[in-house]
Amino acid sequence: MILFEIKNLVKHFGGLAAVNDVSFQVEKGEIFGLIGPNGSGKTTIFNCISNYYPVTSGSISFKDQNITGMKTNKICKIGIGRTFQVVKPLGRLSVLDNVIAAAFSKVQTKQEARDVAMEILEFCGLSHRKEVIAKSLPIGERKRLEITRAMATRPELLLLDETAAGLNPTELDDAIDLIKKIRDKGVTIIIVEHIMKVIMSISDRIHAINFGQTIAEGIPKEVSNNRAVIEAYLGEEYAQG
Amino acid sequence: MKKFMPLILLIILIIFPLVIQNAYYQHLMILVFIWVAIGSGWNVIAGFTGQVSFGDAAFFGTGAYTAGLLAHHFQISAWWGMAFGGIMAMAVAFPFGWICFRLRGAYFALASLALNEVCRHIATIAEPLTQGMVGILIMPTFVSKIPYYYIAFVLAVISVVFVQVVMQSKWGYYFLSIREDQDAAESLGIDTHRYKMVSLNIAAFLTGMAGALFMNYMGFIDPEVVFSLHDISIMAILVGIVGGVGTIYGPAVGAFVMVGVHEFFRTGFFGFFKGMAALTGSDFLNVAAKYISHAHVLGFGILVVLVILYLPNGIVGDWNKLIGRFFSITKKEAAT
Ligand SMILES: Nc1ncnc2c1ncn2[C@@H]1O[C@H](COP(=O)(O)OP(=O)(O)O)[C@@H](O)[C@H]1O
Ligand SMILES: [Mg+2]
Repeated sequence: MILFEIKNLVKHFGGLAAVNDVSFQVEKGEIFGLIGPNGSGKTTIFNCISNYYPVTSGSISFKDQNITGMKTNKICKIGIGRTFQVVKPLGRLSVLDNVIAAAFSKVQTKQEARDVAMEILEFCGLSHRKEVIAKSLPIGERKRLEITRAMATRPELLLLDETAAGLNPTELDDAIDLIKKIRDKGVTIIIVEHIMKVIMSISDRIHAINFGQTIAEGIPKEVSNNRAVIEAYLGEEYAQG
Repeated sequence: MKKFMPLILLIILIIFPLVIQNAYYQHLMILVFIWVAIGSGWNVIAGFTGQVSFGDAAFFGTGAYTAGLLAHHFQISAWWGMAFGGIMAMAVAFPFGWICFRLRGAYFALASLALNEVCRHIATIAEPLTQGMVGILIMPTFVSKIPYYYIAFVLAVISVVFVQVVMQSKWGYYFLSIREDQDAAESLGIDTHRYKMVSLNIAAFLTGMAGALFMNYMGFIDPEVVFSLHDISIMAILVGIVGGVGTIYGPAVGAFVMVGVHEFFRTGFFGFFKGMAALTGSDFLNVAAKYISHAHVLGFGILVVLVILYLPNGIVGDWNKLIGRFFSITKKEAAT
């Protein structure tokens, strides 16, 4: 079943076509990898999906509903959660309060929100840090807080933007485990990731772009053997491991 | 002990006018209570929601004029203004916020400054309605200050408790999220425009009620008094900053300190300069006394600089630091 679809998405910044005619479909329950070299337009696609800026043309649909141009907060409400590549913690609030604020998107009372928050913190392995002020977390845990907060809005589709960047090897393994755990919960995931180990090992399918244009799509093996992909992107990095 | 502090404070404030019969001190306390309400309102929109407003006088003046005009034109008790004043202030806040919350940060602050000035000009020009610069005079309801004291006291308590309740709710979390990161807030499902409106309207309502009480208490208002940029809007900011931005009890402490400071300047350091002038017969001191009483804005400026330098989180926010510093000084003195 198709949960989410982008059709002919175009986004111009002035004269620059950051995204140029990208289309893809995401099946319910899968982990869909989105790859491409730096500046190829991955974050811009996410920002178009959550409508941080209007698309130049093209359409976005979720559960057979056209959501192009829907307000950012509404997009979260209908079930699309996201994280930011450049993390955006609610700096002066505690980790718990960050998650409570997110939990309010689906419940009304403080008690309910707190219960949801505690449950999600436990699930994401951050409950031992709940009293800490968000801005004093190290980067690894800030990335984890991004995921935790997005999960507290109870998404059906989760957009992860480089949540593994800047993590040490142990944290990286933890992050992979968490993403798999989230998928096993039934949440569909679109993941943007630079680290090949992560994206190749967890994605069901991968969509590769370069200069805002699609260059390949398929299962990880196909994509990693694709000539255009190797040239554009994997060339240096994948060869090195 | 700390748990009983608010209760003890409440009891002291309740018996205060019965013990201190001096009308002047009762008057100052009434002003403090009015400022607690205004400061609490400002703190909601600026302190908790992060949308710094220079426009509180617009709400204060609207509340005051609502009360005054009801009495003046319709012979309806100005006390009705307490309710209607808050609602009319919201009626001003609503279209303003609707349009201006598309602006962020300093731009919103500038827009609120403009709102302040627009309201003052309207009140000045619309003479058939407001009597312009002549102002509005109504008959005071009570001779004694004590009824006003308790009404103002109740308004102050309601303001603080209301803000505390709001900040424990979904609204409170949403306000803080908007302050911390508006983009993150949107991505968490928070309609930032809507909740900024909610926050501004809470501020407007509390400030409008305070304005209406001011009308009832003072018996006279004119546009220069109730739409004053420095005496209302800036003062509201000072109450917030000195007490502690984004703390529940900050505005209460800030109101107490700022009314004191305001009075200190207005009276020329509590009559110190006048007294000295009379004592020494010095013309210079006499002139100085006159200027000092007009220099409270300068005094405010210096105070803000000192607070930002030494207590960036205000008296309540930096309470532990303040206590620590005090004790380290007394310890040093004991050692020498
Ligand atoms: N807000 C913006 N304004 C102008 N140009 C932008 C903006 N956001 C991204 N870009 C440009 O769009 C291109 C794609 O950027 P981005 O989507 O961040 O790439 P990626 O996430 O794949 O590294 C880059 O050339 C970038 O400079
Ligand atoms: Mg990016």
